[in-house]
Amino acid sequence: MSTKRQVHLAAHFPGVNNTTIWSDDRAESQIAFSSFEHFARNAERGFFDFLFLAEGLRLREQKGRIHDLDVVGRPNTLAVLAALAGVTDHIGLVGTLQTTFNEPVELAKQLATLDHLTDGRAGWNVVTSSDAFHGANFRRGGFLDHADRYTRADEFIALSRELWDSWQADAVVADTATGGALADGVFADRSRIHDVDHHGPQFDVTGTFPVPRSPQRHPVIVQAGDSDEGRDLAAANAEVIFSLHTEFDDAQAFYRDVTDRLERVGRSKDELQILPGATFVIGSSAEDAEERSNAIRRAQVSPATAIAFLEQVWNRDLSSYDVDGPLPTIEPDHEGAAITRGRARHTRDVPALVQSWRDLAEAEHLSIRDLVIRVSTRGGFVGTASHIAAEIDRYVQERATDGFVVVPHTNPYGLDEFVDTVVPLLQERGVYRQSYDEGATLRQTLDLPGTIRDRLAAARTAAAAGPARAAASAGVLA
Amino acid sequence: MPDRITLVTALQGAGWHPAAWRVAGPVAQRLSSLRHWRDVVVEQDRLGIDAVTIEDSFTAGPTAADHDLDTTTVVGRLDALLVANAVAPATRAVGLVPTVSVTHTEPFHVATGLQTLDHVSLGRAGWRIQVSPTTREAALFGRRPGGDDAATLFDEAREAAEVVSRLWDSWDDDAIIRDVTTGRFIDRDRIHNAEYAGRHLSVHGASIVPRSPQGRPPVFALAHRADAAAFAVDAADVVLVTPGYDGREARDLLDEVRQLEQVAGSDVRRPVLADLAVLIGSSSAAAADELAALDGAAGSAYAGASDTSVLATTVPELVSLIGELRGLGFAGVRLRPLRIPLDSTAIARQLVPALVTAGLRADVASRPTADLRTRLGIAPAVSRYASAPAGSVSVEVSA
Repeated sequence: MSTKRQVHLAAHFPGVNNTTIWSDDRAESQIAFSSFEHFARNAERGFFDFLFLAEGLRLREQKGRIHDLDVVGRPNTLAVLAALAGVTDHIGLVGTLQTTFNEPVELAKQLATLDHLTDGRAGWNVVTSSDAFHGANFRRGGFLDHADRYTRADEFIALSRELWDSWQADAVVADTATGGALADGVFADRSRIHDVDHHGPQFDVTGTFPVPRSPQRHPVIVQAGDSDEGRDLAAANAEVIFSLHTEFDDAQAFYRDVTDRLERVGRSKDELQILPGATFVIGSSAEDAEERSNAIRRAQVSPATAIAFLEQVWNRDLSSYDVDGPLPTIEPDHEGAAITRGRARHTRDVPALVQSWRDLAEAEHLSIRDLVIRVSTRGGFVGTASHIAAEIDRYVQERATDGFVVVPHTNPYGLDEFVDTVVPLLQERGVYRQSYDEGATLRQTLDLPGTIRDRLAAARTAAAAGPARAAASAGVLA
Repeated sequence: MPDRITLVTALQGAGWHPAAWRVAGPVAQRLSSLRHWRDVVVEQDRLGIDAVTIEDSFTAGPTAADHDLDTTTVVGRLDALLVANAVAPATRAVGLVPTVSVTHTEPFHVATGLQTLDHVSLGRAGWRIQVSPTTREAALFGRRPGGDDAATLFDEAREAAEVVSRLWDSWDDDAIIRDVTTGRFIDRDRIHNAEYAGRHLSVHGASIVPRSPQGRPPVFALAHRADAAAFAVDAADVVLVTPGYDGREARDLLDEVRQLEQVAGSDVRRPVLADLAVLIGSSSAAAADELAALDGAAGSAYAGASDTSVLATTVPELVSLIGELRGLGFAGVRLRPLRIPLDSTAIARQLVPALVTAGLRADVASRPTADLRTRLGIAPAVSRYASAPAGSVSVEVSA
């Protein structure tokens, strides 16, 4: 029996940013269900743990108008995942859903429904935001202080768990067999349905949750925040982290940091899967892969995209600049309102960033477009299938990650090649499943122990009862 | 012209009778599964039903006399919009009309969820718009005290319907251009912000979802009371009335809708469906006995609790009733099967062929497979932002 750590893979549906090359000849509709169906079935063919979907709450804007250079428009996350429940059998379905512009009882009801419809394959990527830009599409507007984002998210998750726990597994009796066709029994045992009575800083929720207990009870909780607070939230609540750290040393440092945090809240390091999002360019040789990578990056950064990218940093209209010419000599505008909205800002120190780009451009004689290609196309793996399989294996064995969220360049066929070429090599290495376990929940597919609530409760019980009991309860939950 | 009445089946739990689960067999154990919903909806789809509605609420179920949850009947439910999406890939022609409340929910999520259903089903989505009047639901959200009067709830719902409709129109059909030369994926002049600010809610931006196959999925509203009827005429494309409830005659209810349309200055004559609860038996006597047995198990007559007529009937009786309703000017019926799957199966397997034989419906084989608006005889949704075609005459329409 192999003792090697097993690789976990997730598939990111191509998103609404310039990673996705919509100009590709084979690119298809980003909204047609057939695209989602192909993508999901293909990920399932490759035995992926789950499919991952982002969420849109407002179309992105640049210079006060809808940003028109990337893919624009996507489905409602929950609705399309429910539809995918109907065409998949094994793969987990994970949706990104806000805690700010949703209410707990409604979202908990929808997620419990998804978990029922998938027989236990639902997951929730918890995200927070607080800005008035997104808020303008919702009843309460930008109501939440930035500082309260994680407070609300924390209480939202805790309250959702109360709601999901409120029906006991045996609450529905519905025993039509005993006592004849018109038995006088009850449909459900009222004493096994517990009303929720929650009063906290963010929520006051009282009453009976509408959905019976779902197969996983709680959908798998995924978290992507990278800030200190985000990491703490993940350590306390998450079962999967969708991380940004793909460079080996950086990934390993992140892995250590988060697993240390886990231990501080009483969780073991096996209770969380850390999966960075990464792109993969596969070639027949190293040179071929490099060439393909260059072509992809050039397609990702059209002339208009290169200017728009600079504008996000300069915070100025740069449309008069020639993309094949040098960087603007004009300084960025620090004072004006941000011209880009609806997109996470990754840059804090603009002057330093701009200086480093100018230095790079000068040293290597890069045009605007060359520079943007260099600095904006994200870290990913480039090489032959066997090189990529070896790298994935190395990252996982050396605890830099537990696997990856594969982010394809094209919709919907961008994942096919990975499934055809890399997956078999991972299987040969003995680090990847040959089939799904029949009837496995997403939590089981991810090799996660029981829900976090169970684990923490068990740890407390074990601590109270001493070491002998600890071993026993761990065995029960494993 | 050969007649073609509209036939809609109203799905909820094990059926509309509180004791229905007792005769549902093993189905009663799996009401929360995709398998159950797929079985029921696929049968309706294959046998030619025009649409199914799916009930929903934020409550776990009805209350008993002591105001607590009544667990002698089905409690617990799934989200109707998600159920509709989940069954969509397994169906080909049937309209999918989930109930989605607008009282505590976000119009933006409601709009995008229904647009997605329309994309997934290739134009078969509808929306049963509903308000959530109970204090129980308000307490589960905890955002407002509850106990709002009906006028306030309907007023808010009118605003929500308007916002949703604007969001549905926010992308022109041809907004996606994929113009490689200029690097533009969309033509942003073809996407329009909702820019709605009402008394109860406001939404600024455009939908995140490109225009769906129907543009605006048809909206259904239940008009079981005068204020609900007024709301339905303002907000809905299809009106469901409840003959026999509150002593109202079918003819009067239809007249009321037509008058309300006139008062509203609307020149659209909405399809009106008679909403009837049915138990279908092999004979009138058998049906009556079966209903009596269910009523006995429930401890009271369902007819006393329903907001529409409860009929223990047979297929021939139903055919003749539907023929009469058709004669009065009804577009068709929405039938609430008292028992699922017993009565939903009878509707699909027995009533549909009988209606064909009676000349009230085209044969399933010759039935047009079209989007739901077309099946319901509703004109295609023209976007409020669509520019008039060149050479067309502009017509003044009073608001």
